[in-house]
Amino acid sequence: MAEDGINSFMNGPDENGRFGIFGGRFVSETLMPLILELEKCYDHAKTDPSFWAEMDDLWKNYVGRPSPLYLASRLTDHLGGAKVYLKREELNHTGSHKINNVLGQILLARRMGKTRIIAETGAGQHGVATATVCAKFGLKCIVYMGAHDVERQSPNVFRMRLLGAEVIPVTSGRGTLKDAMNDALRDWVTNVRDTFYCIGTVAGPHPYPGMVRDFQSIIGRETREQMQEQEGRLPDTIVAAIGGGSNAMGLFHPFLDDPTVKIIGVEAGGKGVDEKMQHCASLTGGRPGVLHGNRTYLLQDDDGQILEGFSISAGLDYPGIGPEHAWLHDVGRAEYVSVTDDEALGAFQLLCETEGIIPALESSHAIAHVIKLAPTLPKDHIIVINLSGRGDKDIFTVAKHLGFEMKV
Amino acid sequence: MLHEDAMTRIDAKFAALKADGKKAFVAYLMAGDPDVETSLAVMRGMPAAGVDVIELGMPFTDPMADGGTIQLAGQRALEGGQTLQKTLDLVAAFRKDDQVTPIVLMGYYNPIYSRGVDRFLADAKAAGIDGLIVVDLPPEEDVELCIPAQAAGLNFIRLATPTTDAARLPRVLQNTSGFVYYVSITGITGAAAPKAADVAPEVARIKAATDLPVIVGFGITTPDAARDIAAIADGSVVGTAIVKAINEKPVAEVLEMVAALAAGAHSA
Repeated sequence: MAEDGINSFMNGPDENGRFGIFGGRFVSETLMPLILELEKCYDHAKTDPSFWAEMDDLWKNYVGRPSPLYLASRLTDHLGGAKVYLKREELNHTGSHKINNVLGQILLARRMGKTRIIAETGAGQHGVATATVCAKFGLKCIVYMGAHDVERQSPNVFRMRLLGAEVIPVTSGRGTLKDAMNDALRDWVTNVRDTFYCIGTVAGPHPYPGMVRDFQSIIGRETREQMQEQEGRLPDTIVAAIGGGSNAMGLFHPFLDDPTVKIIGVEAGGKGVDEKMQHCASLTGGRPGVLHGNRTYLLQDDDGQILEGFSISAGLDYPGIGPEHAWLHDVGRAEYVSVTDDEALGAFQLLCETEGIIPALESSHAIAHVIKLAPTLPKDHIIVINLSGRGDKDIFTVAKHLGFEMKV
Repeated sequence: MLHEDAMTRIDAKFAALKADGKKAFVAYLMAGDPDVETSLAVMRGMPAAGVDVIELGMPFTDPMADGGTIQLAGQRALEGGQTLQKTLDLVAAFRKDDQVTPIVLMGYYNPIYSRGVDRFLADAKAAGIDGLIVVDLPPEEDVELCIPAQAAGLNFIRLATPTTDAARLPRVLQNTSGFVYYVSITGITGAAAPKAADVAPEVARIKAATDLPVIVGFGITTPDAARDIAAIADGSVVGTAIVKAINEKPVAEVLEMVAALAAGAHSA
């Protein structure tokens, strides 16, 4: 690691919330004072040992951390090349990595005296995690979810309601994650005084991208330690799926200054990254723009209007990406690729059959890329995939695509 | 912040209103909703109906500070093929017959950023635009557009809100020009009506810190409300109610309604 910090990839964001030209604070004046207050509060909390002591306790006893780093030996044998490990974030309480971040933000909200928590959700994993932690702390929870996603992720909608959250279906736009985020921002602007906006990914106005990354970096820190224990060295390649990019940033960040570690983010290629734009690959098929409080790569038309993404996976169905990924892409520290819906579906099935693990469709994108990559690499090459979520929520979607009639 | 000899139509209009002891009436419409012809007809009728400043909305797919009415208006405009170029052309067409009425473009940053700030500013100035309100550019991002806009001779009008506290107010006022737009509520456009009595001390607070006119908007829908709010400020803004009328009524009836709102504000 770079000892002097000068040539480090880990110093961002700067005091203006920028990673290079990306990031920033592109919000309305109503929200600006609150964003500054949040930044101050987080700056204080992150150097306060009692804050991290509380986090560690909850991570261990409520979430079940550390999550295992598991050698997927049958998958490895099947692919016939690199050795594939899975970072088992799907074993966390609530079934994904999302809770790592939610706990941090809810502890902050409590410190700030906020009593009402709002969140946006795509696949429902962040919504479920937020509803869960709000139930635990007795906080009011409102989750905005695109109407289209409410339909394709109905098990998670019911879970949120069981947990006492109010789920508001968003019908504007195409009714997906982007539109849910717009409505969450509208709610926040309206109820700014008592409300905390718990953003689920490494996007939004500063300080969210850096803060959510910090909370998710537990994934990469554990992976480093566990890899040292199991293999006595660092991995050669780390791979994660990217919608907004929080599970990826969490895995990547602690490895940014290890030049031997190759970093690969996998975007949702939908029906293919071409001029038809039926995908969510912001880095592969987008260009820089400003949306939802930050400058980053966005899917947009020639006139700067935002395009709807397209993906089989509700959690990746977002036309933007976290600003730190945009920067890592531009400086070349991480590589970003895309896989199609069909490739992700194939990976979903392969992991079920070879390892007895049902992965989330989001995570299946990372697996799909490794299916292509691992056979080209030697057997002593170590790959870590962030298995960011479990796929129980996706079985209806997958059944439909495989032509299997399921009675609810 | 503008160069001293660079008086815009906005500055001239407010100077004239002040000389007459009158309050301003500012009216909003969405460019291209439902089509450019309708927008142009409404704009051309507005000065005679008593509109002092026209706020022209630039449609955007993700208008995060707007309520349903203005969001749908933007969607209709975009579905009708409205682009930033067509919005600039609309202003240029209006300017053929009217060299006096100030026009402020209001919207979000991405379409401007996508066009390129320098190119946008040159085109906006050439089209006859006088000021900009860009909702998602707080003072923290002034280098993006605010500073270049003022250098290009356009007013950059800032939103001040109920959450803008005393410590922050100087920063909000620092690089602003033309007028200050006070957002009467914490909320989105078209939301609950503000009470003049609640807004008055906030406006007084801002006026104590600036010589710029302070105009109040958000939630004003009736001539009485336009009057009550204008009475405690330098003018009032109506947006959502006009956008709604444009979607429901012929242009002549829209302008009758606008005239009634303007009369309300001017009676203050």
